[in-house]
Amino acid sequence: MLKFLVKRALLSLITLAILSIFVFLGGQLLPGDVGRAVLGPLADARAVAAFNHQLGVDRPLLIQYWDWISHFVGGDMGRSFTYRAPVAPFIAEALMHSLKLAALAFALVVPLGIAGGVFAALGAGTFRDRAILVIGQSLGIVPEFIASIVLILIFGVWLRWLPMSADWPEGAGALTQIRYLILPALPPVLIYFGYIARVARVGTIEALNADYTRTAVLKGLPWNIVLRRHVLRNALLPTITITASLIGYLAGGLVVVEALFHYRGMGGLIYAAAKAKDFPMLEAGVLTIGAIYAIASLLADLVSSALNPRIRAGRA
Amino acid sequence: MSAADSPSAATDAWRAALRSRTLLIGVGILLFWIVCALFGRHLTPQDPYADDLLSTLAPPSWRHWFGTDQLGRDVFSRVIIGARDILIVAPLATLLGTVLGTVLGLTLGYFRGLIDDVVSRVIEALQALPLVIVALMALAAIGTSNATVVCVIGFVFTPIIARTVRAAMLNEVELDYVAAARLRGDGALAVMFIEILPNVLPVAVVEMTVRLGYAIFFVASLSFIGFGIQPPSADWGIAIAENYSLIGSYWWTILFDAAATASLIVGVNLVADGLGSVLEQR
Repeated sequence: MLKFLVKRALLSLITLAILSIFVFLGGQLLPGDVGRAVLGPLADARAVAAFNHQLGVDRPLLIQYWDWISHFVGGDMGRSFTYRAPVAPFIAEALMHSLKLAALAFALVVPLGIAGGVFAALGAGTFRDRAILVIGQSLGIVPEFIASIVLILIFGVWLRWLPMSADWPEGAGALTQIRYLILPALPPVLIYFGYIARVARVGTIEALNADYTRTAVLKGLPWNIVLRRHVLRNALLPTITITASLIGYLAGGLVVVEALFHYRGMGGLIYAAAKAKDFPMLEAGVLTIGAIYAIASLLADLVSSALNPRIRAGRA
Repeated sequence: MSAADSPSAATDAWRAALRSRTLLIGVGILLFWIVCALFGRHLTPQDPYADDLLSTLAPPSWRHWFGTDQLGRDVFSRVIIGARDILIVAPLATLLGTVLGTVLGLTLGYFRGLIDDVVSRVIEALQALPLVIVALMALAAIGTSNATVVCVIGFVFTPIIARTVRAAMLNEVELDYVAAARLRGDGALAVMFIEILPNVLPVAVVEMTVRLGYAIFFVASLSFIGFGIQPPSADWGIAIAENYSLIGSYWWTILFDAAATASLIVGVNLVADGLGSVLEQR
């Protein structure tokens, strides 16, 4: 187990290291002249040169990368061009916001998706099975902003049940915050429902047809115990693996939803930074999301292997 | 010569395609929007770009079926013409991604070994990020225009398509016809592109239609947040962004554009779905 854990953690680190090179190149190399990009085409050439020198972007790339990544790992994520202040506190605040929204969406979509998938699998081939698949698939292809607009129109404008913006009043309690977060949490739920249901359905069907299930039934176990102990436990394994990408998406990919609902999470932060060409903020935000994904997928793998000794043995 | 090239197999595929309701409905929706994109200016009842400051934000009526927007422009005409840019940008991006992805996938599957390992790691690292974040970062760095959006989405799709093609390729490389071609003394390029490519092509085509759906999803979302198609285009995403603040009282300035976007994406996905099952049956 320890060997598997170390190997898996090392792989995550390699992934993150490659990602950091991409982020660095994207933020430092692609824009060409950073000073020119930030100060605009009309700025004085000397001002641009001074700005570049102050940032240190006139040094060799390798040194710049090392400087950036070693500070980043130490918690110093650089200074924002826009706010002329350290980036880290902004990231921390946005991350808190994002995790709240992500937690709510996650708590809604994972049980719903699994329930839908298991329900479909138990009636595999019937109308109910097909209906769940088709509905899930159709919801999954509608862009978040379309789903958001329809939801806002229905629940915010016409029925007036829920607030149209996620910007809750200062000092609001947990329940009020959840009320403000329901609408923004729904579009990602709609997108991921079908995906999770599909994976859970395939897992359940496989487990239902497996020899151990037949054995359990034949030795006379009651059906609901067979379902809980033998079918569900194995059916959920593939679902756990995909929750890693779900967490990555929820924590950082909700750019459009956060923009629509005026929410200040990671997606909103990255969007604002991209718009203002605030590259230090952008790089820190993107790398943070990558790190969250890496941690989530590491955890997902650990949970899977804890539940299933076969994976552990097979990979280690 | 593989079975896919023989005439009877091709006719069978056509027959199956005509029987697939999903495919036909999808093609119908897609054709409708393509006609709108191509001949939009001749189909619109009114000039989609003409302001009419005397009748701004008018609700749907006989004169303006979908009402008018903040500048008094006819929403119906703008929805019709709004298909154009997205139907240029998204397919071009998909095509770019498919061509690059197929070449990359063939190369990885053929040579395997070290490059395969290295590129797979790189692809994995990129997949740690939501696509929209990768696109935002790249577009912020190189600037937004239709051309850069095509390139960025194309590049983002490349590893995804490459992975599918590579997987299909791994089954092919083991087959006798590949060994025969090698023994005949054909070079790697000839084996990859003349012998194997035709057999991997159906997989690449299905993947391409699936990606086209995502590309439209993606371009619409990027345009909506200002990093895609740029004004003064009548693009649906831009129209929704421009009128979003009016959602409380002037829903018609947004809802029809949203419905148009959704219908196009549904159409493309029906095509992808239908095509997938038709090619699978073979």
